[in-house]
Amino acid sequence: MDIAFVIEKFVLVAIIFGISLVIAMYSTYAERKVAAFLQDRLGPDRAGPFGILQPLADGLKMFMKEEIIPTNASKWLFMIGPGLAMLTACIGTAVIPWGSAITIGDRVIPLQVTDINVGILYIFGVVSLGVYGVMIGGWASNNKYSLLSAIRAASQNISYEIAMGLSIIALLLVTGSMSLKEIVEGQHGWHWNVLYQPVGFILFMVCAFAETNRAPFDLPECETELIGGYHTEYSSMKLGFYLFAEYINMFVSAAVMATLYFGGYNYPGMDWVLANTGAVIGPLIGVGVFFIKIFAFIFFFMWVRWTIPRFRYDQLMHLGWKVLIPLAIANIVVTSVVIAVIEGF
Amino acid sequence: MTTSIFYFVATLSIIFSLMVIFAKNPVHSVLYLIVTFFTFTVHYILLNAQFLAVVNFIVYMGAIMVLFLFVLMLLNLNKDNEPLKSTLIKVVGVIAGCCLLVTLAGALKATAISDPVVLRNPNLGLVKNLGKELFGPFMLPFELCSILLLSAMVGAILLTKKEKV
Repeated sequence: MDIAFVIEKFVLVAIIFGISLVIAMYSTYAERKVAAFLQDRLGPDRAGPFGILQPLADGLKMFMKEEIIPTNASKWLFMIGPGLAMLTACIGTAVIPWGSAITIGDRVIPLQVTDINVGILYIFGVVSLGVYGVMIGGWASNNKYSLLSAIRAASQNISYEIAMGLSIIALLLVTGSMSLKEIVEGQHGWHWNVLYQPVGFILFMVCAFAETNRAPFDLPECETELIGGYHTEYSSMKLGFYLFAEYINMFVSAAVMATLYFGGYNYPGMDWVLANTGAVIGPLIGVGVFFIKIFAFIFFFMWVRWTIPRFRYDQLMHLGWKVLIPLAIANIVVTSVVIAVIEGF
Repeated sequence: MTTSIFYFVATLSIIFSLMVIFAKNPVHSVLYLIVTFFTFTVHYILLNAQFLAVVNFIVYMGAIMVLFLFVLMLLNLNKDNEPLKSTLIKVVGVIAGCCLLVTLAGALKATAISDPVVLRNPNLGLVKNLGKELFGPFMLPFELCSILLLSAMVGAILLTKKEKV
């Protein structure tokens, strides 16, 4: 392990961390603009040209607010909650391949922090840990609405994780690898997994909506029933962390969906582009394509939020257990049979 | 390097397991248990058992402990409303604990005498190798385990059903 390797990884981590924070920051702005567009309004337009300084203004407001810790809250857990939410939101990006390797001189720099051979399971594990921030924060607030919200979040997460895991199994049957790098390389050009696993993709996407607590699955922060949900008692930047973690989660799940089902940094005609642009610009164009896919998914998340009303709780559980799980199992069976027939048993 | 990491993480495991027992609040107890499981995940990684590590991460930390926490939060156990245990139960508990201690001490002593197991293939813990082992020589026990788990699940659902099925 030489020093250059350590520096290279460190720079990569810093860049990815920075990009995820900036994207999450501007997602809050984009969310308002998209909402405004869909509702025929203008949206934020006062801070800077077109309101592009709005996220900075919001961040400043969050920092300047008074910080309140409720008297009967368990103090340490109350503080750990938002931190845990941020941590679990950020560590998911470590295994995502952002582009094919860049070659500078004789040094090959892979645009992925680490290629562990159980990458997809790592993502799944991080997702399943994500609920702890909500649960701990909700319980530590010592408020019945927060507690109810924490319990909703837990049961929702557990229920949709099953369907998500089952949809991933069908995908693994197609790709034959758990390493995200190999999954992306298997989708060269236009051979994207969504063409082979359309049902699996829809299942995964619905579950991703539920796991990130985005509308129509935002039952844990249902204002009409729970005041503010798990963050009712939070103020200042702790509240900011919770809200911010949701946008980072959205970014990470958009990146994961683009990686698993929409070819990651692959695009039709990439061979010609790679051959004609060299070993630095070519991969960077791939990164650009990947980010376009991610932004498309983030827009889709927002579009759905401002279009579809929130589920009722029993409908949520009905969808998770009685629709998605049987569908996912059927998808596994059909996929395995088709693969067995094609490969001649 | 690996040895020192092992001793560091092992110490953490022991400290956090003790905290599980000594924490007064049951929810804190479960949270310490989650940290203990996390240190186990690190142990698995040190043993190059990546699959086991990540499955421990997903199943124990991500699913089972969430359900534990879920139930404890619903029960809302406090020191005030918890009934005091009778002396008989305490005595029985101490005896049971001592029996476990003797068994564990005996087991530890036995491992000191026998040679530690040396893996023929240190990459056994990787998904591919583990899958080939599980679905090759260990096919029957693996399938039996899954049927056992399924029957437990069906049984649990049957118990919660009120009407005759």
